[in-house]
Amino acid sequence: MLEARDITVCYSKREVIAGVSLTAEPGSVTAIIGPNGAGKSTLMRALNGAKEITRGEVLLDGKPLAEFARRVVGRRIAVVAQESDLRFPVTVMEFVLGGRYSWASMGAWGWETERDVEAARLALEETELTDFGTRLVGELSGGERQRAVLARALATEAAILLLDEPTANLDLAHQAAMLSLVRERSDNCGAAAVVVTHDVNLAAAFADRVLLLKAGRTLAHGAPREVLTPETLRELFDIQVLVDDHPITGAPRITPVLQDFLRR
Amino acid sequence: MSVSTEVGAKNEATRAVGEARVTLRYALLVCLVLALLLLVVMVAGLLVGSERLPVSATLCAIFTAGGNVCSLSSIERAILFDVRLPRIVLAATVGASLAAAGAGYQALLRNPLAEPYLLGISNGAAVGTMIALVFFGAMEWSRPVMAFAGALGATFIVYRLARGRAGTSPERLILAGVIVTTFLSSVIVFVTTLMDATRIRSFTFWLLGDLSGSTAQMLTIALVAALVGVVVLAMNARALNLMMLGERDAFDLGVEVERVRLTVFLVASLLVGASVASSGSVGYVGLVVPHLVRLSVGSDNRLAIPAAALAGASFVIVADTVARTVIAPRELPVGAITALIGAPLFIYLLRRG
Repeated sequence: MLEARDITVCYSKREVIAGVSLTAEPGSVTAIIGPNGAGKSTLMRALNGAKEITRGEVLLDGKPLAEFARRVVGRRIAVVAQESDLRFPVTVMEFVLGGRYSWASMGAWGWETERDVEAARLALEETELTDFGTRLVGELSGGERQRAVLARALATEAAILLLDEPTANLDLAHQAAMLSLVRERSDNCGAAAVVVTHDVNLAAAFADRVLLLKAGRTLAHGAPREVLTPETLRELFDIQVLVDDHPITGAPRITPVLQDFLRR
Repeated sequence: MSVSTEVGAKNEATRAVGEARVTLRYALLVCLVLALLLLVVMVAGLLVGSERLPVSATLCAIFTAGGNVCSLSSIERAILFDVRLPRIVLAATVGASLAAAGAGYQALLRNPLAEPYLLGISNGAAVGTMIALVFFGAMEWSRPVMAFAGALGATFIVYRLARGRAGTSPERLILAGVIVTTFLSSVIVFVTTLMDATRIRSFTFWLLGDLSGSTAQMLTIALVAALVGVVVLAMNARALNLMMLGERDAFDLGVEVERVRLTVFLVASLLVGASVASSGSVGYVGLVVPHLVRLSVGSDNRLAIPAAALAGASFVIVADTVARTVIAPRELPVGAITALIGAPLFIYLLRRG
C-alpha cells in the first residue's frame, strides 16, 4: 500500500503540490484529474520518490519511501511515464525486459532468467504486442510504443502502478483496453493503481476514487459519483458540463456544454 | 543540426532474427570470436614491421614464447619481444580502454556521438600529463595520476556545461565538448611553447597519439587500468542499458542513477587517463568501434562493452601497424590513422540524423 500524507512539493520556493493526501490501496484504482499545470505529474513523481517532498511523507507499507533501496522500490512500484526518448536501437523484447532489472540477482548484474523472460512474454501478450518482440522500439507507432511502456511496467510485477496519462497516444479502442488491463490487474491481482488522465469519462468508468487537483491542491477526493459533479468540474476546468448516467454502464457521464463557446 | 538518433536501425533486424534479445550464450560466442580475431591481429602485428623477420622462425618463437629452438638471431628476437610485443600489447590496451570508455560515455550521456577525444576528455588527460611532465618529471607514476585527474575534471566540466535547464541535448553536449577541447588545446599550446625545440616535435607526436615512447612501468599501469575499467563498466552494463533510455526511466525501474553515473564517470576517466598518459590522445577509437559493434550485435551494453573492448584492441593494433609501416622506416602517429577513419564516420553519423 502506498500512502501520501499531506505532502507539499516545491520547485524553488513555489508550491507545486500543497498538502495533498491520497492512498493507493490494493485492488483499487485512483484517477487524478486536473487542468494542465495542476501538478499531476509532479504528484506522481513524488509518489515514486523521484521528486523530493518538502513537507509531509510518502509511506510504502507504512514505512517512509526514502528508507527503501531503489531496487526494492522498483520491484514494488511500476511507473508509466509520459516521455521516453530513444537514441539507441533496442528491440521491444529488450525494452520490456528492462522492467526486470530490479529482480536481478548479483547486484543487478548478469543475465535475465527464464522467469524474467516469461514475465516479459506475458506482459507483451497482455498488451497485444506478442508479435512485436523482435521489432525496434524506435520503429513503433506512438500507440504501440505507449503499450510497450505499459508492458515494461507490467513486467516488473509490481503491486503498485503509477500511470501518467497512459492513454495519451492511444486510439479509442486501445484507451479502453489499456484501462481495463489496469482494472483487471487491480481486481484479479490486488494491484493498486493511480492513473493521471484527462478523460473524465474513462475515469468515471474505471476508477474507484477520483482526486481532482487544481493548482497543486485537492479540490475534491472521493467516489466518482460524489466528485464528478457539474459544480466541481466547473470549478476545476471553468467550463459548463452536463452530468447524467451512462445508459449502459450506469457510470456518471460527463458532457461539456459547448453552447457557451459556440455563441462567443 | 540534428544528431543521429537510431544507430544502425536497419541492420538491427538481421541480428534480431529469431532472438529478440542478447542471450548469455550469444554474448560469449561473440566475445570468443572477437578474442580469436584479436589473437590473429596480434600475431600479424608481430610479423609485420619495418624490419623484415623470417615468418616461420618468428611464428615458432611466438608460440614457444621465445624458445631458443627457433632460428632467430638475438637481434631479431630483441625486435620481436622487446620492441614489437610491448608496443602491440600497449596498442591493444589503449584500444580496449578507449573503445570501452566511449561505449560507457555514449550510454551514460545518451548520445552515440559521445567520445573521449571529441568531448575534450582526452585533452584534459593530456593537460594533466603535461603538468606532471613539467612539474614532477622524475616521477613517472605521477603522469597517469594527473592524467586521470585531468580526464575527470574535463568530464565534469563537459557534463555540467551540457546539462542545461531543459536537460542534456545531444547538440549541447557536442558543443560543450568543442568548447572544452579548444580551451584545453590552448593550454596545451601555451605549455608546449615553453618547452625546448627538441621536445616539441616528440611532444606534438605524442599529442596525436603515439605508441612508440612508452615504458614497461607505464604499460603495466595502463594494462591494469584497462582490465579494472572494462570489468567495472561491464558490471554496470545492465544499469547502463536502462540509463541509455533516460535517467528518469532508469530511476523508476530501480537503478541507483547517481551511483551508476559516478562509477561510470570515474572508470571511464581512469581508462582515458591511463591510455593518454601512456600514449597520447588517440582519437575516434571510442566513436568508431562502439558504433560498429552496436551495428552488428545490438545495443545491449552487457555485450557491447566487452565486445567494444576486444574490437578496439584489434582496431588500434591494425591502425598502429599501418602507422609504423606505411612510410617505414619513418612513422606516423597512430592517432592520425584512427582520425582518418573516424572523422568521416562522425560526419556520416551526424548527417543521417
